[in-house]
Amino acid sequence: MSTADTTAAGIEHGTHVSETAAHPQPSPSKGSLSTFLSTYVFSKDHKVIGLQFLFSTLLWFLVGGLLALAVRWQVAWPWSDVPVLGKLFAQQGGQMSPEFYTMLFTMHATVMIFLVIIPVLAGAFGNFLIPLMIGADDMAFPTLNMLSYWFMWPAFAAFSASFFVEGGAASSGWTSYPTLATNVNAAPGSGWGQTLWLVGLTFVGVSSMLGSVNYMTTIILMRAPGMTMFRLPMTIWAMFITAVLQAFALPVLTAAGFMQLFDRTLGTGFFTPEGNIVNNAVATAGGGQPLLWQHLFWFYSHPAVYIMILPAMGMVSDILTCFARKPLFGYRPMVYSVAGIAGLGFIVWGHHMFMSGMNPALGVTFMVSTMMIALPSAVKTFNWLGTIWGGKIQFTTSMLFALSFVSMFIIGGLSGIFMAATPVDIFIHDTYFIVAHFHYVLFAGTAMGVWAAIYFWFPKMFGRTMNEFWGKVHFFLTFIFLNGTFFTMHILGAVGFPRRLADAYHYETFHHLQPLNAFMTYCAIGMVATQIIFAVNFFWSMFFGPVAGRNPWNANTLEWTAPSPPGHGNFDYQPVVYRGPYEYSVPGVEQDHLMQTDPPHPAAAAAAAAAH
Amino acid sequence: MKRLSALFWSLLFLAVPVLGVATFAVAPAYDIWLPKDVSEHGPAVDGLFYFILWLTGAVFIATEGVLFWFIWKYDESKSNGGVKYVHGSHTLEVVWTIIPAAVLLFISIYQMNTWADVKMRRPDMAPTVEVIGRQFEWRLRYPGKDGMLGTPDDLHLVNDLHLPIDEDVLIQLKSMDVLHSFFLPNVRIKQDAVPGMKIPVWFKAREEGVFDIVCAELCGWGHYKMKGRVTFETRESFDRWLEQKYAEQEATQPADSESAAVAKLSPASLLARR
Ligand code: HEM
Ligand SMILES: [Cu+2]
Ligand SMILES: [Cu+2]
Repeated sequence: MSTADTTAAGIEHGTHVSETAAHPQPSPSKGSLSTFLSTYVFSKDHKVIGLQFLFSTLLWFLVGGLLALAVRWQVAWPWSDVPVLGKLFAQQGGQMSPEFYTMLFTMHATVMIFLVIIPVLAGAFGNFLIPLMIGADDMAFPTLNMLSYWFMWPAFAAFSASFFVEGGAASSGWTSYPTLATNVNAAPGSGWGQTLWLVGLTFVGVSSMLGSVNYMTTIILMRAPGMTMFRLPMTIWAMFITAVLQAFALPVLTAAGFMQLFDRTLGTGFFTPEGNIVNNAVATAGGGQPLLWQHLFWFYSHPAVYIMILPAMGMVSDILTCFARKPLFGYRPMVYSVAGIAGLGFIVWGHHMFMSGMNPALGVTFMVSTMMIALPSAVKTFNWLGTIWGGKIQFTTSMLFALSFVSMFIIGGLSGIFMAATPVDIFIHDTYFIVAHFHYVLFAGTAMGVWAAIYFWFPKMFGRTMNEFWGKVHFFLTFIFLNGTFFTMHILGAVGFPRRLADAYHYETFHHLQPLNAFMTYCAIGMVATQIIFAVNFFWSMFFGPVAGRNPWNANTLEWTAPSPPGHGNFDYQPVVYRGPYEYSVPGVEQDHLMQTDPPHPAAAAAAAAAH
Repeated sequence: MKRLSALFWSLLFLAVPVLGVATFAVAPAYDIWLPKDVSEHGPAVDGLFYFILWLTGAVFIATEGVLFWFIWKYDESKSNGGVKYVHGSHTLEVVWTIIPAAVLLFISIYQMNTWADVKMRRPDMAPTVEVIGRQFEWRLRYPGKDGMLGTPDDLHLVNDLHLPIDEDVLIQLKSMDVLHSFFLPNVRIKQDAVPGMKIPVWFKAREEGVFDIVCAELCGWGHYKMKGRVTFETRESFDRWLEQKYAEQEATQPADSESAAVAKLSPASLLARR
């Protein structure tokens, strides 16, 4: 087993560790504005950049959450006055217009996916954790790293500005299907709003690409002596494979985005068919195919849904082992299943297009590959269960969030099977069943995983721990409200209740569903309100939380050998790795954990040999 | 105290499968469930839905149950011996890879026939009607007396679709402007309408009745109100209705001004004629 105790043999695999002197700390004696700027604003230190990403994504999370509440308000009580937000966008006396509704759900998804989930995983945690967990002093390319953060702001500016341009924000969904998105006459938001959306998307793409190159290089080249690939914690494996996914999938989206931009501004017709007439205006260009966009978009965006969960899976794996005080069950199968998900992830994009008019025979092949991608997900779930089996569970807030990740991911994975079954998808495609599915994987999965990670690594970030009592209150309420909001979406979907409708109650089929939707909106409001507890706890603990030592959770991985918070260059001595990251409760060892850097232990070597 | 908190948290995780199953169990009583189905292929689709529901339901209860049990049993304040120092099990990995793989493969193959029936085995017949999505209405075109679409005697209607029961109907689905999706919840049919494509949609209705036509693909600000109605009726009453509508159209458009009327009929019919 790779986790076995070895000595010198492993060290030889270790690779070059760059000199700390390569980017010296700005000397405080200057005390000038430029020092402040280079330390806290245009910092090249991966930890500062990681925290910048964290604070920014939490802010955008709030924006996305408020947009979601406005969407939910309309779905529950169509055409009634929207409190607070209605005043802000004073239209028709506080009542929401249908076009504004389409902008709301478009921008909700856009913000959540491109400004929150993707950057919080790769940008915040990838940045903060990768060098620390592999024993490097920083990222391979600190300047690119800094740029990857600063490219997020133009994106945010473009998305925000789009609400104030003529016609308003983009309104063709986060999927931006042509010809609704490409034809300026098709919707109010298909004017400047859509152009700004594409510009914003391009900036996000540049940011992701810069990050991805950096993460791959850093993980391959800058591991500490002894840190072989198969001694990497799952968090790092997941970040690595996510970076590979980004690198291969993103160029396709970027190219497609430019094609759509050209269709809109230069009169090319990549996605516009001959003789397209929108709003009584005949399109000037033709000869294109609307389905081409869908293929290109999903070729990126299906892998992207894994970009949005693999890092969370990795972090949850590490947190589960730490608080179950037990080695990870099936380390290699876990690594292979992440790789399997990534590989299969490139050949399933067509499952978003079963009803699109794509050749139904092609749909069959996508159906089979999609069914198969449920397999590595199942393997991961079983291994998580195996990990806590026979452990010694500590109910920290972080552990509760990690356990709920497993519990909720089961639901999201199983609902995927319904939609992968093409005949069933005929009925549930574009209904709330899909909305339930992706909120279970993205909110109940990834967001809960992110909270687990925040509570877990907070001491490393700020040197203090968060309040456990309020953490648990936060967990409990979030857990209840999220299930109240999202579980019920499955049965709405079973009625065929369509997504993206400003008001569906005039349909005979759906007119009786308003009370259920009202219930869901109450839960959603509760869920957002609960985050106040989190915000207060977060900021209060930053300054007044109990001071944490280097290793408050008695965890094994390298970041816990560094000071909390680590200084510039991270480690006060060169970490050397002797074993895998999951040596908890090794028989014969007094402590219940053996850190990756602890010198070889005779009892551990014996236990490892016995385990073979 | 610690024991109590372990109990509390494990019960919270137990609530997931309990309330989850309960939600699905009571939903049909409140009519929050699959709507009535009047199609010939519908039972196969619904059957597959139920099959997957039972299967995933069993997996759901089993995995969530195990999760609850482990959380309950292995909490730290319970002194049930030491921690099991294991790194995995080759046998278990093989077992829990092979079994789900076999099940998933089975579902894949099992469903193919239904999919082929609904989307691939198109009946060999002329279109019964052409449906054209347009912001934000469903334009309908029935072939006139000559039985052919695209001739001057076509019957043009909006949102009011009538179809005969107990026989195959073939719809030619088009879109004039943006994507739409032709969704008949009670017939278990959904198909996007794509500008530039003619997509065939077919089914056989078994029962008379009037049902919703829903647009299920975002098509602009008025997407929510892009609603039509479909009336399923016997062949005789369908023919009678067609006759009557045809007469109404003749009355408003005298035959000699036919071409002028068509030109006036806005781009929809223009496009249809191409
Ligand atoms: C067990 C594995 C999974 C399977 C079999 C699966 C299957 C599917 C299918 C077939 C669809 C298309 C449904 C439709 O539009 O009719 C879909 C949609 C979606 N899935 Fe999954 N999925 C799985 C896991 C995930 C994961 C892990 C994520 C994200 C972390 C995810 C995120 C999404 C999203 C965001 C959509 C909807 C996109 C949209 O239309 O806006 N899925 N999934
Ligand atoms: Cu997908
Ligand atoms: Cu529509």
